[in-house]
Amino acid sequence: MQERPNPDAILAQMKEEEERPGGRGRLKIYLGMAAGVGKTYAMLNDGQEAKKRCVDVVIGYLEPHGRAETEAMADGLERLPLKAFDYKGVTLSEFDLDAALERKPKLILVDELAHTNVPGSRHKKRWQAVAELLQEGIDVYTTVNIQHVESLNDVVAQITGVVVSETVPDSLLNEADEIEVVDIPPQELIQRLHEGKVYVADKVNQALSSFFKKSNLSALRELALRHTAERVDRQVRTYRAAEGSSEPWHTKDRILVCVAPNKMGPRVVRAAARMAGALHAELIAVSVESPRQAGLSEEDRMRSIEGLRLAEHLGAETVTLSGQDIVAEVVHFAQSRNVTTIVVGKPVRKRWREIVFGSVVDTLVRSSGDIDVHVITGQDTAGTPQKILVKREEEHDWKGYGMAVGLTTLATLLNTLLFDVIKHVERINLVMVYLLGVTYVSSRHSRLSAGLAAILGVLCFDFFFVEPRHSLTFYDGQYLLTFGVMLLVAILTSTLTARLREQTVSASLRERRTSALYNLSKKLSATRSRTEIGKFTVEKVREVFGCDAGVLIKSRATGKLFSGPESECKFELRPNEHAVALWVLDHGKMAGKGTDTLPGSEGTYVPLNAENGCVGVLAVRWEGNAVRDPSQINFLETFANQLAVAIERTNLAKDSHEALLQVERERLRNSLLSSVSHDLRTPLAVISGSAEQLRGSSSLTATRDIALANAIAIESERLGRQVRNLLDMTRLESGAVDLTRGWQSLEELIGSSVLRTEKMLHDHEVITQLPANLPLVLVDGVLLEQAFVNLLENASRHTPPKTKIFISAKVLPQSVVVEIANSGPSLQAGDEERIFDKFYRPNANQTQGFGLGLTICRAILEAHGGSIRAMNRTEGGVTFMMVIPKSQDAPEVPLD
Amino acid sequence: MIDRQKIVVIDDELQMRRFLKACFDPAEVELLEAETASEGMRLVAKENPDVVLLDLGLPDVDGIDVTKQLREWTRVPIIVLSARGREKDKIEALDAGADDYLTKPFGVGELQARIRVTLRHMNQTKGPNADPTFESGGLKVDLSMRRVAVDGKEVHLTPIEFKLLTMLVRHSGMVLTHKQLLSEVWGPAYADETHYLRVYMGQLRHKLEADPARPRHITTEPGVGYRLLAD
Repeated sequence: MQERPNPDAILAQMKEEEERPGGRGRLKIYLGMAAGVGKTYAMLNDGQEAKKRCVDVVIGYLEPHGRAETEAMADGLERLPLKAFDYKGVTLSEFDLDAALERKPKLILVDELAHTNVPGSRHKKRWQAVAELLQEGIDVYTTVNIQHVESLNDVVAQITGVVVSETVPDSLLNEADEIEVVDIPPQELIQRLHEGKVYVADKVNQALSSFFKKSNLSALRELALRHTAERVDRQVRTYRAAEGSSEPWHTKDRILVCVAPNKMGPRVVRAAARMAGALHAELIAVSVESPRQAGLSEEDRMRSIEGLRLAEHLGAETVTLSGQDIVAEVVHFAQSRNVTTIVVGKPVRKRWREIVFGSVVDTLVRSSGDIDVHVITGQDTAGTPQKILVKREEEHDWKGYGMAVGLTTLATLLNTLLFDVIKHVERINLVMVYLLGVTYVSSRHSRLSAGLAAILGVLCFDFFFVEPRHSLTFYDGQYLLTFGVMLLVAILTSTLTARLREQTVSASLRERRTSALYNLSKKLSATRSRTEIGKFTVEKVREVFGCDAGVLIKSRATGKLFSGPESECKFELRPNEHAVALWVLDHGKMAGKGTDTLPGSEGTYVPLNAENGCVGVLAVRWEGNAVRDPSQINFLETFANQLAVAIERTNLAKDSHEALLQVERERLRNSLLSSVSHDLRTPLAVISGSAEQLRGSSSLTATRDIALANAIAIESERLGRQVRNLLDMTRLESGAVDLTRGWQSLEELIGSSVLRTEKMLHDHEVITQLPANLPLVLVDGVLLEQAFVNLLENASRHTPPKTKIFISAKVLPQSVVVEIANSGPSLQAGDEERIFDKFYRPNANQTQGFGLGLTICRAILEAHGGSIRAMNRTEGGVTFMMVIPKSQDAPEVPLD
Repeated sequence: MIDRQKIVVIDDELQMRRFLKACFDPAEVELLEAETASEGMRLVAKENPDVVLLDLGLPDVDGIDVTKQLREWTRVPIIVLSARGREKDKIEALDAGADDYLTKPFGVGELQARIRVTLRHMNQTKGPNADPTFESGGLKVDLSMRRVAVDGKEVHLTPIEFKLLTMLVRHSGMVLTHKQLLSEVWGPAYADETHYLRVYMGQLRHKLEADPARPRHITTEPGVGYRLLAD
């Protein structure tokens, strides 16, 4: 069977190739096993090379290690000044991202990709700044050590015993255009360390004893080399996939990793990410939101959120499922997405609990069908999710306690009636009455009140009815069983009801979200005004997330953000918060609280990304310390998407309305112009025609009459010209000059304009000198001919008879220049520009013309993207130089 | 004695009609006036004139539609009158079947010349065999012999140049739109490729004109087409 390249793969590859030259900068990473291998040196070396090739290169940041060789290498390269931050009384210097964006070099060198920025910087991490530089189209060279690679983080920790907190997401490394491994043998590195080339002398011993051991370095070296080898292997595969030359196609592997709310989470996620990398598989990280999670501590909830975030950094798709049965949800999801392997952490619960309650892993293995299940071990045994009962029911249910006391009293009274008045009732039946009370309390109230009811019941039963009565002692040992059962029933019932209640809460939460979204989309699709759209959204966000929100819409005229529904919701932003919103608008990415960008902000800002770019920002100000888990943020994004679509729709509606108006205006103006032109021209045509006829008439003999007829003919012709100029000017001034462009020969246009002005120029000598290779130009022939005619008419009026007019042209690489020169009087200083002004006449006493002819010429040439200017000639007279842009793709003409 | 010529003027402007009337000697020309398009069309049908002068800016029916409707049943020469800057209207009228056009304001001489040319052309096509020769200001063309000479010197033309010149000679003195030339010489599929014309007209001028930048034979009507001037 013919091998068939995967269309998605080809598309992805094409997209990648396409996107590069357009906007994004290129990223080169110098990867080393440890500090001191010479990454910075190699980077600077390449920087110097680039500078030699005349590339605009600057140093954005250089780690000050005080190494002389490195410093020498940086000599001669432009350095951006660092930004000083005041942090807890210490002044720290940071890479200045804004300065770099302002400077906008072709290539920037930024040391230490994994660096964590000082709080207060725009981004938490330096790699985010690098990502922004790349997005702005700036090429970046940067350095990183292998221990900072996110997916290798825990492996490195195992090798070296040092947990590195500064990590760089694998996705950035994968996106890099080039990775260069800077490698030296470990022995040599240790040697260099001894020589003091790596750290400043006093740190050497400390470094040597802890980190720079030969065993450590060898392992790290292996990691760095292997990581790069894997990358190269991936590239080869991508290439071969596109070529269609790979092994028989098999379905793509998909790995699903379950993020559990325990300390093992990150480890499991990393392991899964490594596995996915090695298998070239897709990775999906899943966390299940079950009613039981309501009972987890804040810390554990945050852990599962962190787990998902980590997975996202490692390039995984993250999904939050919700349901009662974790295993069933996971398996169902895995089947629906054709997952091939499920990765879970090894159970950390105690053995007896597994026997009693069953193990998630066991159930998963049994129900997973043909999906492989990998179980990852962890060292962390104490990391079981901590259930904090007391914390959950912090608010005391006083009504429940009252009910417990009341019902127990009632039961005691009833029992006294049964036991002492009616008699013949077995004691054991009295227990039933108490149990009834306990069941009632536990079904309605908190577990604590249920427990209280049970204990009170036991005590009362013992005190009032068990021999010896009226004391808390008892003779018969079997009552112990009674007491135990009573307590157990109370606990079981209340636990079951509590769980039921939680399920209801979780279901209703989901239901509320879904219905809120449904309502929103229904409302939005029925709304036309942006104010209304903003208002509904703000209402819904408040309802669902319980926090203040605002919609900031981008003004299409100014590009600025303005608060949408002003009348309904005052969402004031302080200047620095506004800056965050603007950043979001510019970058189309989320920022603010709960995100990685500008997390110090008050609010969270979600971009409203529509098809034609970002149309605004949804701002949310969380109240208190609401947990913003990914599902909530995702949901907010869904809101933002709906909103963006709605705003985009109103924008489009407005556009089409405006276009309609424009067409209407255009039509009106055209009909007005044509009727004015008709009304003026017809009488003029009649006058000049009649005068001409009169002039030629043989019956006209008196000299005076002939002179009068001549005057009428000449003046009406002049009037005709001026009407034409005025109408042309009105048309050109109205803005929308409708150029009817076509391929025109300048020779033809010049020829026709000379012919048209022949009568007027009969006293002048017109000399045309055009080169044979004049290319065709894409212009409006009628308008350009008009410009030539105006210039020739101008010459006829302003130059004395018997002088010469020269018309010449020359071809330049980008344009064709046409010059019309006369031998009349020169222009006064300053008039070279002014003669193109509307109604300007060099000699005020001269009454000829409105001074519109040249203005029209300029308007015509500028409408074509060309230009016109006047220059005095050295030999006297004026040259008008017209630059007409040459069209790049001249059409082909078949030869015969 | 020659018959008096009959000319129908369709123009809503009274002054224009009066002016046109004054342009002709009543002994030679009978000028019939119509104020509206419908009246004009009735008049043309009734009187069977030699020439129709049609204003494009009529109040009731668009001049272009009038041209189209007239062309459905008569070959009478139509000369349209229109203002500068309305090149699109002129082309439409010409492509719809009008024979020539005049741009307002126009002189009497110009008007009489146009009428003469259209009438001559009309008579030629009516006649048994059209004259295959053309002569004007030193340019001599013999279509049947495929011979072209400028000032007595024979000029060699390529097949397309000759085809173009043939078209122009057959309609000498009259305007030919880009579309008419292109569809005749290259075929209807090429009706919009005006740049072909620019190139070949340039070549033709370089061969026939003394100064191609100031043509005496083939003139350009900007935005409309070309005209071969006849003496």
